[in-house]
Amino acid sequence: MNRPATLAETRDAVVSGTRSAVDVCREALAHIESADPSLHAFHTVTAERALARAAEIDGNRSAFRDAPLAGVPVALKDNICTKGIRTTASSRTLETFVPPYDATVVSRLHAAGAVLVGKTNCDEFAMGSSTENSAFGPSRNPWATDRIPGGSSGGSAVAVAAGMTPLAFGSETGGSIRQPAAMCGVFGLKPTYGRVSRYGLLAFGSSLDQIGPVTRTARDAAIALGVTAGADPADSTASHEPVPDYTAALTGDVRGLRVGLPSRILDSGVDADILRAVTTAIDVLRGRGASVVDVDLPHAKYAIPVYYLVATAEASSNLARYDGVRYGLREPQPELGAMYSRTRERGFGAEVKRRIMLGTYVLSAGYYDAYYLKAQQVRTLILRDYAQAFERVDVVAMPTTPTPPFRIGERVSDPLQMYLADIFTVSANLAGLPAVSVPCGVTAEHLPIGLQLTGRAFDEATVLRTADAYERDTPWWKQAPAIATR
Amino acid sequence: MLAFAMPAEFTRAQVEAIAALAQLELDPSEADTFARQLGDILAYVDQLQQVDTSGVPPTTYSGGAHGEDRPDRVVPSLPIDEVLANAPDSDRSRGGGFFKVPRVIG
Repeated sequence: MNRPATLAETRDAVVSGTRSAVDVCREALAHIESADPSLHAFHTVTAERALARAAEIDGNRSAFRDAPLAGVPVALKDNICTKGIRTTASSRTLETFVPPYDATVVSRLHAAGAVLVGKTNCDEFAMGSSTENSAFGPSRNPWATDRIPGGSSGGSAVAVAAGMTPLAFGSETGGSIRQPAAMCGVFGLKPTYGRVSRYGLLAFGSSLDQIGPVTRTARDAAIALGVTAGADPADSTASHEPVPDYTAALTGDVRGLRVGLPSRILDSGVDADILRAVTTAIDVLRGRGASVVDVDLPHAKYAIPVYYLVATAEASSNLARYDGVRYGLREPQPELGAMYSRTRERGFGAEVKRRIMLGTYVLSAGYYDAYYLKAQQVRTLILRDYAQAFERVDVVAMPTTPTPPFRIGERVSDPLQMYLADIFTVSANLAGLPAVSVPCGVTAEHLPIGLQLTGRAFDEATVLRTADAYERDTPWWKQAPAIATR
Repeated sequence: MLAFAMPAEFTRAQVEAIAALAQLELDPSEADTFARQLGDILAYVDQLQQVDTSGVPPTTYSGGAHGEDRPDRVVPSLPIDEVLANAPDSDRSRGGGFFKVPRVIG
């Protein structure tokens, strides 16, 4: 098999006894050790704990017989709190922060039999589209190591794309799972706002933040979502909406499914190879019996400006907590105010400061109505666009990104250009809708392309069914960069 | 609705004022770059003013139900020693658990 094993294959091998969890874990750790120096997917590798946990699973196999993630190595974005394991959010501020508690997703993954192997690189506090805003250096795209892997959950996408782990978790505020998944040629799922608990996720934009999986297939994402979704007494925004069996929805049957294509927003600025791949992908769905309907999302073009007002406003408030008092970096000063501002100057990188300042500005007296309120009103119009589209269609299809992964360093000095990498992804965050990116081809330069599918709120099942059906007819999900099978 | 007096460009003084509001000391070399970049970003988001939003309510949270209630039950808090282990400076004397900061009242 010239590709890394999927989550489902890994789990089945452990449960059936074909492989031990320790064997699977050793292989993952060895691959990380050999591949990570050139890719920098990981900040922290928890080898000893991982092997101990794998041995525990092997020693108690009957208890894990029905565990959906028995022996599956998992990597977590380093903004998800792990008890006793350093959690940095790729910031100097939290370089030595060791959380005293686990995020809810972490305890749920543990209960499902997953084996945590490490914490992955990301843009600082998840603010970025390339991982270049990490205080500890960028991750590299395993398909072309001079290129960015996307971001902010770049390390998680690299870990899966390079075959280090079959499962990783990232977080999204505006495209940060789907965009790197597309750029690394793997599957990424951003669940509905409120579908997965955010307890233990370092907060960025609270009306947008959501945790989700990066995997090789739609089926693997369905399994991972089933394990992590659902209400949580520790997060009042985690919905009580029942969690269906997402794998049961993967029937391969898309006859009668209505796929919306917002052709107007694809008119300009999309790379020709990407447009061709996405058009071909939609034909594949049509070939399986889906119908394609043109839809209009007239306000989607305002998603980036709305996002950068709403997300920065919320970030300026959320990041006020990093003041050098209770945790993280402190720059000692004789006076309290000076201690706060010196600590924050030394602890935060440039993009984080830019966003805190933009957010502070748009919330400040005299500008609130013109910026923040206006953005929230246009956000309503974006939601209404989708609501109208979903009266006529079941999923909306478009590219995940307008361009293939760009070169490291190419956009760092121009924040606006960087923001535009998320032009097709952020509207799903603003509207709170579930969306995936599924590999759908490669460019002439052999760089991965992602097809994005967006669904109705809490209808992850239909989005995953569509993506799974697409995978059954296409080879793209099986593609892996050379480093993954070395 | 406000008459929109959008700054054509962002001044260094404005950047310094915002940084002070956000409790951010700025390296002098950063202030000019931030002024230019924030000016660019604000000019870009200005396109929202083209959108007619009269009578449109703001969306503060996406999606439907949020703010799920739960019974207000007392559960154990995190152990104080584990919490203070992350504090840059702390004090466990006199039976308490304190975060220490520079003197606030003179």
